[in-house]
Amino acid sequence: MTQPLLEVSDLHIDFSVDKRSVNAVRGLNMTIYPGQTVAIVGESGSGKSTTAHAIIDLLPGTGKVTQGSIRYEGTDLVKLPARKRRGYRGSHIGLVPQDPLSNLNPLYKVGAQIREVLEVNNVAKGKAADARVVELLEEAGLPDAKRRAQQYPHEFSGGMRQRALIAAGLAARPKLLIADEPTSALDVTVQKQILDHLDDLTSELGVAVLLITHDLGLAAERADHLVVMYKGEVVESGPALAILQDPQHPYSKRLINAAPSLQSERVSAQERTAIRRAAQEHVSEETEVDVETPAMQIQSLTKVFKLPGKGFSKTDLIAAQQVSFDLARGTTTALVGESGSGKSTVARMVLGLETPTEGHVYFDGVDISTITSRDQQLKFRRRIQPVFQNPYASLDPMFSIYEAIEEPLVVHQVGSKTEREERVRTLLDQVSLPHTVMNRYPNELSGGQRQRVAIARALALNPEVLVLDEAVSALDVLVQDQILQLLNDLQVELGLSYLFITHDLAVVRQIADDVLVMQGGRVVEQADANSIFNNPQEPYTQKLLAAIPGRDIPLAG
Amino acid sequence: MHNHTPQPGQERFVAPAIDTELPTAVDVDTSHPPESQWKQAWKSLRSNWIFWFSAILLLLVLVVVCFPTLFTSVDPRSADLSNSLGKPQPGHIFGFDRQGYDVFARTIHGARASVIIGLLTTLIVTIVGLLTGAIAGFFGGWVDTIISRAADIFFAIPLLLAAIVGLSALNNVWPNRGYWGGVSAVVIALAVFGWPQITRIARGAVMEIKNLEFVDAARSLGASKWRNLFTHIIPNALPPVIVTATVSLGVYIVAEATLSFLGIGLPPSVVSWGNDIAAAQPQVRSGDNLHVLFFPAGALAMTVLSFMLLGDAVRDALDPKARK
Repeated sequence: MTQPLLEVSDLHIDFSVDKRSVNAVRGLNMTIYPGQTVAIVGESGSGKSTTAHAIIDLLPGTGKVTQGSIRYEGTDLVKLPARKRRGYRGSHIGLVPQDPLSNLNPLYKVGAQIREVLEVNNVAKGKAADARVVELLEEAGLPDAKRRAQQYPHEFSGGMRQRALIAAGLAARPKLLIADEPTSALDVTVQKQILDHLDDLTSELGVAVLLITHDLGLAAERADHLVVMYKGEVVESGPALAILQDPQHPYSKRLINAAPSLQSERVSAQERTAIRRAAQEHVSEETEVDVETPAMQIQSLTKVFKLPGKGFSKTDLIAAQQVSFDLARGTTTALVGESGSGKSTVARMVLGLETPTEGHVYFDGVDISTITSRDQQLKFRRRIQPVFQNPYASLDPMFSIYEAIEEPLVVHQVGSKTEREERVRTLLDQVSLPHTVMNRYPNELSGGQRQRVAIARALALNPEVLVLDEAVSALDVLVQDQILQLLNDLQVELGLSYLFITHDLAVVRQIADDVLVMQGGRVVEQADANSIFNNPQEPYTQKLLAAIPGRDIPLAG
Repeated sequence: MHNHTPQPGQERFVAPAIDTELPTAVDVDTSHPPESQWKQAWKSLRSNWIFWFSAILLLLVLVVVCFPTLFTSVDPRSADLSNSLGKPQPGHIFGFDRQGYDVFARTIHGARASVIIGLLTTLIVTIVGLLTGAIAGFFGGWVDTIISRAADIFFAIPLLLAAIVGLSALNNVWPNRGYWGGVSAVVIALAVFGWPQITRIARGAVMEIKNLEFVDAARSLGASKWRNLFTHIIPNALPPVIVTATVSLGVYIVAEATLSFLGIGLPPSVVSWGNDIAAAQPQVRSGDNLHVLFFPAGALAMTVLSFMLLGDAVRDALDPKARK
């Protein structure tokens, strides 16, 4: 019978905010055995990162363990004096932090930063340390490690930095590695590579991993044991597969139902077809336009940005190249790609916020670049509206919710003051927000609520097309699911057409009819959603699909 | 994916469902009244004793500025040489200076020039700086180049040095300026060289804000450039500008005193702290009768300190990130 490596029992962590103490974690129990992978899953604010920080004694600010014990190989770390406790960091418990951009010091060479770990923990010194650094970087899967060790962090891509951080975390050969959202900032394909590598490496070295993540699919795919946290408490824990196939607690049930990566196989194509049909019926009943003519036609859009090159010359950055598609009425077209694929540039051109270098955007047969008069421009603006990614930046913090939703009506001089107020109320009903939010300010609402406000604002002028630029990417899984549901409902109710920009293929299944997969500014595959998911033709699409975490987990029911 | 019998401590655990309330999408915390950013800033200001300390002092200074006769009925311009350098005595609690002026009366009446110059200069500098900075940051390109380079040129010249040169030049073309002439000359001299500071701050803030998504959202719904600039961008750029302006108020008051001390600020006929400090110079050298210097200098220091503290408190309230 093996002894547990780490035993956390009845852990309570408090933060004091404005002289009041807030319980961030209440009564957490968790056991990790040597060589095991355990995942803590939860949404933002659930206390998962706080728990990880408490284990490695890096609680920020006023955070303090108030009760309970953290036993590492039988020693209670909480009771140890700070000096002794420091000895555990790095050499016994390693950390791979969340953000690869801010966790490497830009002033030092990458190699020197890993060397520091070796020297601080008395693993190696001098020449031996330098040689070890190269070995460690190679081990972390960094090609050409010898040269890379002499480079600075800014010369590394996000994925490479994360590999360097993994090398640093494992440098002193800890027995437990805490990986705090190690790949959330990375593209899915890079995420998969890195996690695969981390898996191989830790099982080879026999290192136990505590994985902190918001992604249930990812956790289930990688971990033996799952701990589901909600608002500072463990709601359910146990073997990963058992929880996934048979969740008991209402919260885990909801989480598993909402997780797009797990669900995408199950959301029936019929449901989507029904939504599409209803939306198109709405269009043909309520308006005079012909459903068969597309709302928008995008023809060979190309955008070239001029970047300052060497000296006075400029180099060209081709952000989008020959992108063409039709947006049919009452349907959703998804533009999928990783960062730098040009999807957002296309969205901005469709919105008329950016002028294409070549190609045309036709709205109802009219080329939008030919619209010059202010009057016509306003008419165009009414018909197509955006919803942006970041719910914290897309609302003016100085405007109340009422002012924010009313603004489009004011700009377009719609109705009288009382009529506008009536309209704002209707819009709030449509996005299921209570009227009490009207005189609140954005900073008083949650991310999901703000995104609802942004949708209400976009709907204010009765547009025909919504451009949703990563509109659900910044939201927690449950909220994301609710917003997608809302978007589907609104599509049926109002006959809207959506252009849905996302990096997350898993979400696409829940909302899209047609999909364009973009890579490096080009469309690599273009088909209806079912063909893309069931029969992807291009290797890149196949790679993207394979990278969706938790995709192959057999679910019950 | 692994599946095996759980080891001790890893058995299946399910929390009682009643323990946790599940969220609904639309719960809005209505336990407190709505708060705009300005209201929040005021709330944080209100709970800061530094704010109250400086506010009470400044209120006192303002009352002195508006109604000096409430505090003294002695004419600050009537001198009796027989009282020259008289010690404090009942009725003349701060004593007399070399010319036989009542020091208390002059300290009280001297507040007006200092505070008016500080306020007026800050007002002009803020308006000019905010507009130029906002336009430079918003439009970019050659507009930005012209405004920024102009600001750099003015910024490169030290404020005091520039004001000294400017005011000396002005003395030749506009000698006997009188009270308001004297005040406006100092205000103009300080403002001409003071605006670039605000311009830079406003430009930076505007450049940051114009790239935020709510500005794009407003553009997409058809808001004009000017509407965007004035309803969305400038209001959000105000906090750092207000903070800088409050702190620089104190700086301008000091600058006025320095100029008057050097004899090129306000004409000697104007009762001001700077002039009185200048007149007390011989006492600094001889070391006797320091009360002549102490009271105008103390009043100046207290006023400037209050404005600086207020600036600090305002910064803490408007920009919580800058807090130490």
